[in-house]
Order: sequence, then C-alpha cells, then structure tokens
Amino acid sequence: MTPANSLKKKNSIVSKFVALTQKQLFIPVAALLALIIFNLIADPSFFAIKLGHNSDGQPILSGYLITILDYGSELAILAIGMTLVTAASGGQDISVGAAIAIAGSVILKVLCGDNSRPDHMQAPIIVAFLVACVVAMLFGAFNGALVAFFKIQPMVATLILFTAGRSIAAWINNNELPIIAEPEFAYFGTFIPGIPIPTPVFIAIACMIVIFLVLKFTNLGLYSQAVGINPNSSRLNGINPAVVKLITYVILGLCVAVVGLIKVSRISTINYSVIAKDIEMDAILAVALGGNSLGGGKFNMPASIMGAYIIQFLTTTLYKFNVLSSALPAYKAVVVIILVVLSAPVVREKLASSKKSRSSSKSVKEAA
Amino acid sequence: MENTEVLQMRGICKYFPGVNALQNVDFTLRSGEIHALMGENGAGKSTLIKVLTGVYVKDGGTILIRNNTSAGEEPEFEETHIKSPQDAQNSGISTVYQEIALCPNLTVAENMFIGRSGVFTNWADMNKKAGEILRSLDIPASPKQQLGSCSIAVQQMVAIARAVDMKCRVLILDEPTSSLDEQEVEKLFKLMRDLKKKNVGIIFVTHFLDQVYEVCDRITVLRDGTLVGEYVIEDLPRVQLVSKMLGKDLDDVADIKEGSDVKPVDTTDTPVLEAHNLVSNAGIKPFDFNIYSGEVNGFTGLLGSGRSECVRAIFGADKVLGGTVNIKGKHVRIRKPIDAMKNGIGYLPEDRKLDGIVADLSVRDNIILALQVMKGFFRPFSKAKAEAMAQEYIALLDIKTASSDTPIGQLSGGNQQKVILARWLLTNPDFLILDEPTRGIDIGTKIEIQKLALKLASEGKSVTFISSEIDEMLRTCSRLIVMRDRKVVGELTGDDLTRNKVMATIAGGEET
Amino acid sequence: MKNQISSRKGLKGMSDTNLLLLITIVVFVIMYLMAVAFLGSGFLKPQNFFNILNENASLIILSCGMSLVMITGGIDISVGQLTALVCMSSAVLLDKNGGNVVTSMALALVIGLAFGLVQGTLVAYLEIQPFIVSLAGLFFAKGLTTIVNATQFNVENQEFVKLKNTRIEIPFMGSVNKKGIYIPAYIEIGVIVALLVVILLFVLLRWTRLGRNFYAVGGNAQSARLLGINVKRTRFYAHLLCSVLAAIGGYVYFMHVGSGSPSHADGAEMNAIASSIVGGTMLTGGVGNIIGTFFGVLSLSTIKNIVSSLGLDEAWWTNITVAFMLCLFLLIQSIVLRRKAGAKK
Repeated sequence: MTPANSLKKKNSIVSKFVALTQKQLFIPVAALLALIIFNLIADPSFFAIKLGHNSDGQPILSGYLITILDYGSELAILAIGMTLVTAASGGQDISVGAAIAIAGSVILKVLCGDNSRPDHMQAPIIVAFLVACVVAMLFGAFNGALVAFFKIQPMVATLILFTAGRSIAAWINNNELPIIAEPEFAYFGTFIPGIPIPTPVFIAIACMIVIFLVLKFTNLGLYSQAVGINPNSSRLNGINPAVVKLITYVILGLCVAVVGLIKVSRISTINYSVIAKDIEMDAILAVALGGNSLGGGKFNMPASIMGAYIIQFLTTTLYKFNVLSSALPAYKAVVVIILVVLSAPVVREKLASSKKSRSSSKSVKEAA
Repeated sequence: MENTEVLQMRGICKYFPGVNALQNVDFTLRSGEIHALMGENGAGKSTLIKVLTGVYVKDGGTILIRNNTSAGEEPEFEETHIKSPQDAQNSGISTVYQEIALCPNLTVAENMFIGRSGVFTNWADMNKKAGEILRSLDIPASPKQQLGSCSIAVQQMVAIARAVDMKCRVLILDEPTSSLDEQEVEKLFKLMRDLKKKNVGIIFVTHFLDQVYEVCDRITVLRDGTLVGEYVIEDLPRVQLVSKMLGKDLDDVADIKEGSDVKPVDTTDTPVLEAHNLVSNAGIKPFDFNIYSGEVNGFTGLLGSGRSECVRAIFGADKVLGGTVNIKGKHVRIRKPIDAMKNGIGYLPEDRKLDGIVADLSVRDNIILALQVMKGFFRPFSKAKAEAMAQEYIALLDIKTASSDTPIGQLSGGNQQKVILARWLLTNPDFLILDEPTRGIDIGTKIEIQKLALKLASEGKSVTFISSEIDEMLRTCSRLIVMRDRKVVGELTGDDLTRNKVMATIAGGEET
Repeated sequence: MKNQISSRKGLKGMSDTNLLLLITIVVFVIMYLMAVAFLGSGFLKPQNFFNILNENASLIILSCGMSLVMITGGIDISVGQLTALVCMSSAVLLDKNGGNVVTSMALALVIGLAFGLVQGTLVAYLEIQPFIVSLAGLFFAKGLTTIVNATQFNVENQEFVKLKNTRIEIPFMGSVNKKGIYIPAYIEIGVIVALLVVILLFVLLRWTRLGRNFYAVGGNAQSARLLGINVKRTRFYAHLLCSVLAAIGGYVYFMHVGSGSPSHADGAEMNAIASSIVGGTMLTGGVGNIIGTFFGVLSLSTIKNIVSSLGLDEAWWTNITVAFMLCLFLLIQSIVLRRKAGAKK
C-alpha cells in the first residue's frame, strides 16, 4: 500500500499518512491489515489452505480464508444492492434478511411443489430461481415504492417487511420445512464436483462483473448519487428521482434472490427464523466500513464489497478463537465502534487540523 | 447622538483548507449607526459575520465588546471570546441570517424565545410577550401558529422580531432582504431606523446597492479576505464603492446593452415558444407567453407575484394542469422537465442551493448532468469526453475551481452559478430561462451573466430573464411581462421600458 | 392580513404533532370498539384493558425513550437487547451473586447509564450516525448477555419474587366470575412505573427547556445551533435518557417475567419504533408526543389481541398484522402531511 520510495522522504511521511487517512479506502484497507497482522501474530496457521476431499471424494479447498471467501461472498452480493439503496435513498433496507427467507422459501416451494419431501425436483432450478427473483424484486419494489412515492424513511418503510417477512416465508410453505434431496441443488451453496473453490465465490464474482458493467455502461451511478444528494435538482435536470430510488430497491431485491438461492442451497432446506438472521446488520456495516456515508450520496462500490469481506474476516477470526457464536456480536460491536470512531469526520478533522496548525503557524512566522 | 464604539474587531484571521478566508481584518461598529459590510462573494463578509456570531472560531485577532454596565458608569471595552452562537447572544450580539435559521416545527412564539428561556416554559406568558412584539412590528402571524405554516417572508420577519427582542447592542442583518418584497423591506428599514435611535449598532450585509444608500451611515469594504477600508457613506459614491469592491474601475456597470449587437426582434416570425392559457398547480392564473428567436424578455413583479411559477410551468417543473405549448409552431406536451429539455429549453432555477447544484458531486458531473440525462440512461459519456466538455466550459466561463473533480459545494456562490449556467449552455438550448441568475452573487459575475444573456440572443437564441432588480431587467430585456398577484397584468416594450413605468405597472391601481 | 390568521384554524392550523396525536387516539378508540363489537364483551372488562397495560408496561417505557431520540432526529435500536442484558445481569446478581433487589435495580441503572454515556457521546460529540452507533450497542448488549449467562433461568430470590407478584388492586373495576366470586382488577408495579414515566416525560417535553430543545434540534439542527441551543448536549441527553429508560423498562420487563434469558425482549426495539410511529412520532425528527406513543403501544397490542382472539394464533399472523398496521400508519402520515403541505401552497 505504501510505495517504498515514499518512505525515503522523512518529513513528508506524516503528512502523507494524514492525507492517506482522508482517502475513502483508508478505513477498509487499514481494517483488513489490522486483522491480517493480528492473525499472523496470534496464529499464522489461520492462513493455511488445505486441499482435501469431501465425502463424495471430490477435491475441495478448506481453511479459514476459504470460509471467509465463501461466506463473505453472500455479504458482498448484498452489499452491492445495499450500497445503491443507501446512495439513492439516504437510508438502509433492514428487511434483506427477511426477504432472503422469502426468496429461499419461494425457491423451495417451486422445487418441491405440494409435497414437502419430493424424490425429484418438480421444476428446473433455474425456473425456481427466476420465480424467486421476480418475487424478491416485487418485495423490493414494495419497499422502494414506500420510500420513493410515499416518501417514508427507508428504515421505517423496510421495518414493515422486516416484521412480516419471516412470517410470510413460513406461510408460503405452510410452515413446513421442505428438503431437497438431489445433490445438484447443493452446488450453488457448496461445491461443484471437480472445482475445489466454493461456488458462492464464483456467483459473487459474476455479480461484481455485472454491477461493474452496469455502472460503466449506464448512468446508474451518476443518477443514484445525484438523487441521493439533491433530489430537487435531479428532477429539474430531467431525472425522475422516485424511479431511480425504486430501481435501486429492485436491484437489491435481485441481490436478495441470489443470496436466497445460496442460503437454501447450502443446507438444502430452510429454517425460517434462523436463515440470514442479522445479515442486514452485516450488509449495512459493509457499506459503512467501505467509508460510504449512510446518509446517501456519493458511494464507492469496490470499498463496500471489500467491507463485506472484512466483516466476514472479522467473524471468522472470532470463531477461530472459540468465541461462542451467540457472544460474537459483542466482539464485533467493539471492532465496529473502533472503526467507526476512526472514520468519523470529527475525528479525522482533528487529525488533519493537528497537522495543519503546525504548518499554518509556520506560514504565519514566514509572513511576519 | 453619542456615537461611542461598541464593537472592535482587530486583526481577525480565519483559515480554511487551502484558503485564507480572512487576513488581519479590522472592523469597528459604533452605537446608533447602520454599518454596511460590502464585498464580492468570497470577499470574507460571511466569514467575518460567522466569526462574530460564534459559528466559526477565529484563528487570530481579538474581539472587543463594550461591557454591559448600569447607567451612568463609563462602559469598558473587554476582550470577548466567542466560541458558540450562545456566547454571541450572551455578549449582546444577535443575528438574522440570510437563510432562515428557525425551526419550522415549533410555534412562532417558541422560535422567538427558544435558546434563551428559563428551565421551564411558561406558554401563556411566552405567547403573550410574543404577541405584543409581533403586533408592535406589524407582523401578520399568530404566536401559537406553527412556524412552518407561515410564508417565507413572515418567517424572516419572525427571525427579525426575535433578534430585535433580544435587547442586543449589536444587531447583525446578513442579507435579510433577499426573500422580502419591497413593502416588507420598507418595514424592515423603518425598524432599523427605530433601533438606530435606541443606540443599537447594526451591521447590514447586502448585495443591493440601493438599500445601502437608503439606510446606511458607514460602509466597510472587504476584498479577497482583506480590509479595503471604512468610509462614511457621503464620501463614497456608488461608482467608487463598486470599484472598491471589484478592485478595478468598472465603466460598463452603467449600460451593457449598447455595447452588444442585439438585433431587433422579428415578430413576424414564428415564435420559438408560444404558450397559451398555461396553468400549473402552483397557484398561478392561466397565462399566455411567447418568445422569438434572438429575443431577451423577462418576467417582473414583486416576490411571490408568480414570476418563477410561470417559468416553472413552461419548463414542466410544476405540475401543468392545462394550456397548450407550441414550439416553433408545432404543438408539444411538456409534463416534466425532461420533455422541456428535449424540446430545447433550459432552466436555471431560482434557488441555487435547493434546486441547482448537486453539492457533493464534482464540478464536472454537475456540468454534464443535464446533457447526460438528455443523452439517455444507457449511454454515459466516457470520462475523457466528460472531462473535455467540463474543461471547455470552465475556461469559457472562467469558473474558479481547484479542478474539475472538486465538489461543487466547495465553490463560491458565483462560481456555483456559473457551473449551473455551463450545464445548460452545454445542452445548447434554443430557449434558456434564467430565474434569478444573479441573486446572491457578486457584481462582477452579475455583469458577466447579463452580458452572456445578451450574447446568446445575438446568436439567435432566446432568453427569458427574471430578476428582483428592475435596473438589471431594464438593462437586459427588450420586453417585460409584468405580474401581480399571480396574474400577468401587462407587457412593456420599447419606450415604456423605464423604471417608473415598470414600477407603476407592478403597483397597478391608480397610476402615479 | 387578519383573515389570514383566522383562516389558519382547523386542521391546517394544527401543529403536526397534535394532528398526528389526534389520528392515533381516534384510531385506538375505533380499534378498541371494533374489538368489543367483534369479540364480545370480554374486551369490555376493565381487567382486559389492565392486562394490556401489564403486558406492555416495559414496552411503554422503551417506546417513550425511543420517542425522545426520534424527536431529536435520532434512533436507538439497542433498547431491546439492553432489556435482555438488564434482565440477565439482574437475574445473575440476585440468584448467583447474592445481591438483593436494591442492588439489582442499581445495577440495571448503571448498565443503562453506561450505554447511554457511550452511545450519547458517540452520536452527539463524534457525530456518528445514531443508527450505526446503536446497532453496535445492540450487538454489544446481545453478546454480553450470553457472556453473562448463556441460558434461561428463573429467579428464585424470595425478596424479588415477592416484588414480582405484588398486585395493586383497583377498586370497583373487578368482575364476578361464573361461580359468582368477585375477582378484583389489578395492575402490576411496572404499570405504575410506566405511567409515571409517561407523565414525567410529557411534562419534560411540554414544559421544560430541555424538552423544547429536543423538538428544535429535531426540527432543524442547524437553526437550533444558531438560535443558541447546544445541539450536541441536547442530542447527548436524548440518547442518555433513552438508554436509562431502556434500563428501567428492562427492569420492569424483568419484574414481569421473573427470569433472565438471551432471547428476552427480542425485537423489542422494532416494537418500540413501530409504537412510536403509530403514536405519531416522525423518524425525521421534530414531531412526536409521549401521549401518542402511549396510545401507539396500546393500539398495537390491541390489534395483536384481536388477531389472537380470532383464532389466528400462529405467530406469523401477529407479525403480519403488526406490519400491516405500521404500513397503514405510515401511509396515513405520509398522505396527511403531504396534503397539509399542499394546502399551504
């Protein structure tokens, strides 16, 4: 991160460092480095990756890093949609966990039909996935419509689906727990035979490529940022702010459907109250960790995606140190607070002004 | 009249990242005077005011305020450290800001007393006191009314009422007149003169030269963060004031129309735009409007007379309820801004901050925004192309910005306005609407914008100009549409375009 | 000019706060009457109403605290988990560390103060978004609860059990059961606490400088600062009060259930937010009323009662109904306020 030659100029190191802290990517990169260094000191075997075989004799990679990539990918996909929603509407969607439950439930319903334990899938997986996409996008549109057309604050608007979502998911399958026995269904959440890297990683990469292309070849980025910063002005320049907001929520719906597929595929069934529990918190944290303002406006997509993997890095690190899974949040909270405090504009300004007061006192002397 | 000094600011300095906003500025205020603080945008007026009111903390210098003492005793100057607006209030400094700094969700009475009341609120007592003050100042508001339900002008008057009631010795009026109509301005001036008699020292910041010469006793001029000088008003004629503010002699303040080659408008031609019985949901009466190629015309009238609402209806910014619009003889439907833009109309909105700039986006993105939207969602400009266009207009309009990547919010008001202008010029509109393009910006830029309007017309474009300053309208427009009470009441051309005639038409009723 | 003032009477002249409060109370009354009409006279028994209070005393306190921060334009989503932490800590202190009722109450208050101080400082003085701060608070409380004790257990401390079972009888409100025995109506101690909190906060918001400053800061923080209000300190107090109230509400919850469990009060923050909104508090800040919040809690629990009385006692129906209510109220608020804004033009 720091080019070696810049270290030569001694007097500029401090100012360079301060300038660095002003960069948006500083927080995620610093967090990542801190985690890596911590693990290197505590136990370097954290970074070991082993090539093993699963029960079917297929080659699979295992290790903590693989776990991070695997589960971080779910979060990264969500972070993509959450970043856009945050940028355009200046708020967050807290219903993604519940919406994932709905999407997963829909997939299982389509695949299982009326029988909750079918011998064969009743429909191709792609059909089930597409149906889930449509449903999730509809729910996204519902959230989006409340935010865009009724001007309800995003957190509150999505509180509705947050409250009802898991109940709706249970209701779709009559509160039964369908199980898919066929191994192909598990490919999306685990491994494809012959490929030792978890499939979610590929799905996440595909999503990243898609969003990269979308941002490059459309004005989604410009529009959502403009709408997030100044909806009045955007409207007078021919943008329809309500539609832009709605679109971001629909895109998040699509992300939710993808994660829903991964989630139910991992265990080939669903647990309505547990699936994707608290994932909305992690997804929002990913956006914040990426240095994006949760108040909307400008965003940095790569930083958000990085934020997602860092959150997972942290989670996995804590698991490794045998932290009880239910106690995990306490540790996460401490880390989050440290990061957020460091990235708070007030703290950064203090850092910057301590440097500036030195240089300005110099210039005053020169003037005299 | 005893004119003792009540406030001395000595060697005030204030730095912002990359800018020395104030360098060694001195300022002295005497009791019982109205003291104008003048300067272009970015000259440091607002910064000086904010240092004095505790919004900013100064980086150098001292502020001396005459101590509050009982009668008879000779008050002493005392160095005062002002670190927050509350400190300023406690030191007897009260302020009326340009943007209304009140809470719309509280009642009128609360807004007048909050921040300086006791631990418990006595509603009856507060409402009674507030009612008395409102009545004495002739402000049409009830103490119990929610402030947000008052008109902007009344809200501004409430802010003044609050400041006046604070038994202050220093009253700061930071462009208080920009949202008031002429009657309300008169009321304010009467109030200022009353306070002057009560030995209050008043600092008056404004862009309107007329107002300065109407009420002020003394002028302090700032330029580029430094003090130019302090003058007694009689010693400083207008032209000299302007040249002091600009730092150069300005011979073309008087008339810019003569220099430009505006051709007479051919009214036998088909109008560029012709609107008939247009009406929107903003409460204006149906109106007719037309504009020809190469013409600069304007809407004039008092604030709130519906001038902005008319152009907003033409642009589709408000919901259009009825009427027809023909562009170059062809019937079109304009329901939202994008329709207008596609028909070659550009609109520079009245409220730059609220409707114009996208503050956190770069100057470049702000410049290309409108053209980009017209080009379409799926066809973004390449970065190189966008940069080239931005650079072209930054150079063309002499926009002062560190780079095209700088967020527009960091620019001064005048430069922000130029960026918005660049945005619309880039779309190459046939018909450009400039709604108050010169409000709150410095004189140099004002003239540049006026010249630009005339230049566009000489190139065969059409421009509709709106300004609160009648002189400005007379300088630029060849035809004025006069509005009163949300209705078009007259149209003036040729020899009728005199200040008196325009005023008479605006006022209506018996001719004066 | 005169008629301009007088024409502002009626709906248009009403402050946003009062208008939303009116809607809330009207809806609650309609709902309760509906419950009586559809579900029979059971709902007419005073005890039924008192049971709603008994069940929701803790939620009322949490919602009041939530309303305070929402009025200043903030939010605090840690209150639910803070409740769980208070329950668990008090329970452990009482049964495993030999504490008594007084020390357990003190512990609850200390926990609330600690959370309030930290969260308030981060929100007010470091200007970090309240949502993120309280999200971290939620996580922290959640984790800490399991660290204190990972499993549920009932408190057996005699002193506490006595307190928990204390019932305050209400004269003349009782009913006669089928055997003809008079059963007195009662409320729990927590209800008294909740009502006290409601009254105190109502006074605070209406008649004190701090309370009015909450509204000013929520209405327009920038202006409030220029009006001479210490915005940071005001925000700090709001968050501090909210956490302390959450701790009090937590102890009331503890007195109601008499046990500690990591899953206690799960999702209570959402119920508190929903109650505040149904009660007419706007999340944008500056608008809200404690009485409204009180009725908001009652409205939501009444509808829950109706749903379960209809025989739709699967958990999902309750959730869906609450969500539906929330949606309905948000739409009402949105439409009413927009129409009002439109009428002003």
